[in-house]
Amino acid sequence: MTAVITADHLTIRFGSFTAVKDVSFSIERGEVFGFLGPNGSGKTTIIKALCGLLPPTEGGGTILGMDIRKDAAEIKRNIGYMSQKFGLYEDLTVAENIAFYAGVYGIKGAQAEQRKAEVLELTGIESYLNRRAGQLSGGWKQRLALACAIIHSPQVVFLDEPTAGIDPVARRALWDLLFRLSGQGVTFFVTTHYMDEAERCGRVGYIYLSELVAMGTVAELQQMPEASPQGTSRLQIRLPNPSSILGSLRGTAGVREATIFGSSLHALVDTDKIPALEAKFPAAQIETILPSLEDIFVTLTYKIMEKSR
Amino acid sequence: MREYFHGLMPVCRKEMLHIQRDPGTLFFALLFPMLQLFLFGFAVDTNIRQIPTVVLDESRTQESRRLLQSFASSDVFDLKLAVNSPDAMYEAIQSGRASVGIRIPTDYARTLQQGTSATVLLLVDGSDSSLAGQAVNTATGVTLRQSLLRVLPDGKMPIDVRPSVLYNPSTRSANFFVPGLIAILLQMMTILLVALSVVRERERGTLEQLQMTPVAPLGLMVGKMIPYGGLAFLELCAILAVMRVVFQVPIHGSLVLLLVMSLPFLLTVLGLGLLISSKARSQAEAFQLAMGTVLPSVFLSGYIFQIGNMPVFFRGVSQIIPATYYIRILRGIILRGAGIRELWLNAAVLTGMGCLALLLAARQFVRKSAS
Ligand SMILES: Nc1ncnc2c1ncn2[C@@H]1O[C@H](COP(=O)(O)OP(=O)(O)OP(=O)(O)O)[C@@H](O)[C@H]1O
Ligand SMILES: [Mg+2]
Repeated sequence: MTAVITADHLTIRFGSFTAVKDVSFSIERGEVFGFLGPNGSGKTTIIKALCGLLPPTEGGGTILGMDIRKDAAEIKRNIGYMSQKFGLYEDLTVAENIAFYAGVYGIKGAQAEQRKAEVLELTGIESYLNRRAGQLSGGWKQRLALACAIIHSPQVVFLDEPTAGIDPVARRALWDLLFRLSGQGVTFFVTTHYMDEAERCGRVGYIYLSELVAMGTVAELQQMPEASPQGTSRLQIRLPNPSSILGSLRGTAGVREATIFGSSLHALVDTDKIPALEAKFPAAQIETILPSLEDIFVTLTYKIMEKSR
Repeated sequence: MREYFHGLMPVCRKEMLHIQRDPGTLFFALLFPMLQLFLFGFAVDTNIRQIPTVVLDESRTQESRRLLQSFASSDVFDLKLAVNSPDAMYEAIQSGRASVGIRIPTDYARTLQQGTSATVLLLVDGSDSSLAGQAVNTATGVTLRQSLLRVLPDGKMPIDVRPSVLYNPSTRSANFFVPGLIAILLQMMTILLVALSVVRERERGTLEQLQMTPVAPLGLMVGKMIPYGGLAFLELCAILAVMRVVFQVPIHGSLVLLLVMSLPFLLTVLGLGLLISSKARSQAEAFQLAMGTVLPSVFLSGYIFQIGNMPVFFRGVSQIIPATYYIRILRGIILRGAGIRELWLNAAVLTGMGCLALLLAARQFVRKSAS
């Protein structure tokens, strides 16, 4: 296995504000890595640093073995990047945008034609070739942005919230596309706020207040002691009217967290208090479950908030 | 070397598409300078003629009438008002109906005949300094001539000045001002176009995407300069045509030389536009900064005020204003028919300034992208 993206004690400060604090990780070839964290936690900043746009204050990293501090120009030639905000020209057509990016990456002649045909086939955007980019719907805009980002067949692609604000069908189409490409050995670094998307990823990282607080496969994260502390259980509680007991459940001794999940409740409870809980809510069906990613991240977030207090 | 300009051609092509897609901006950019050329070209006439003048003739003699006649024939004074009292004369000047008052006292003819010195009072509204200066000079000249004619027995002047104005024989101000105006209009249009095109990309987030590609700062900048420089060049040709046909300003020197020597100026103002775009965060800010370059170029470039008459400090400032050099080139070629030998230094200075602005902008751009 070869690491294609590494961060090594990466720290980035803007003046006295630390946007990224001592972050280290390593991502293998062909991985689809999901990167999560609340707004302002430093996701975009890390991506910019890894692409060589922002020199790190401390630490460093590599992309495909190239140093992010020294080889910025070379790195830019070999990666794809799709910014959080739609970064293409709305007054240009789909074809003109793609042609522009092909030109910018120095792809010429027959090779350019071939690559254009490939990305059009891949993204299915062929029927919109002469439409202005500004007139595309959100989902098609994102597919166009992806087409431009991979026109030069990059080995590593950074996607900053590629599915923000687009509908579920378009989201699924985009993810299917990512997995098709990752099957061909392309490595993806994807930020998102959607848990279901994160759960599709091979591995996920969670950044909170500029620090990487969790990283691993979903199964690994579920086993994290911080996410499932010793002596506690993750419970699903089924009741006809879950919202009516949320308050009293939270007030019950031994209940650390409780939240509504559709028609049931999820709770983190001290294992020895489960019999008392069953006695208090006789009508409830209680079963032990594995924590979801959301459960894990909420638990981690609370823990850090408590610690910093 | 190619490395430094990576992305130039795609950026250039894309920029031309932007221009085509936005005909409104294009139309405005080309038409606006033209409108201003007409507006200022016709409005600016610094030769002072026909100053409204009020007359109080208390002498009412043949001599006093002869003096007034010579005032009137100078073309500088328009003796449009006659009053009967000093108060009425002051009132006419104060109210703005007249800018100059001439008072000939009761004893004017008598003193003249006695051979002693007669007094004529000239009142001048000093609120317009160039008008006042012209009025005083002309009045002095007129009375001096009258005095000499009285003293000299045969009415023949010992020295007769025959002025002959070279290069601008009719001393028409259009000939003097329109060439300078070209520099100002071209500068305004070019800086605005190029600065707005960069700032628009920053506002829309397309610049962020672009910075993640291998496009080099110089490739991006020169790629933007070429189409907008081309537009500015077309505008220059149109302005020169209007100057020649509408304002009847002949071009004494070589038109080709004029066009070639305009390129360094375009380079400089394009560079300035890029420099501004690297500072400005919004289109409004870019607009303000671009307009900020106009006033110094109008007042300190020799366009309106002679540089030689400026205080030392401003004379220094005028040396770093690109329009100063371009106006020398324009006036030199258009009015005096000057050639390369007289003007090459100006073009060289402009070329240097342009390259400097471009490099500074590229450096700013790299630094900015890092934050
Ligand atoms: N150039 C900069 N100068 C100063 N502060 C900055 C700069 N860029 C980002 N920041 C700050 O760094 C923090 C992290 O920003 P970043 O954009 O990385 O967050 P994010 O995780 O991508 O958030 P979001 O989910 O909203 O996209 C924010 O508080 C932001 O205000
Ligand atoms: Mg972000």
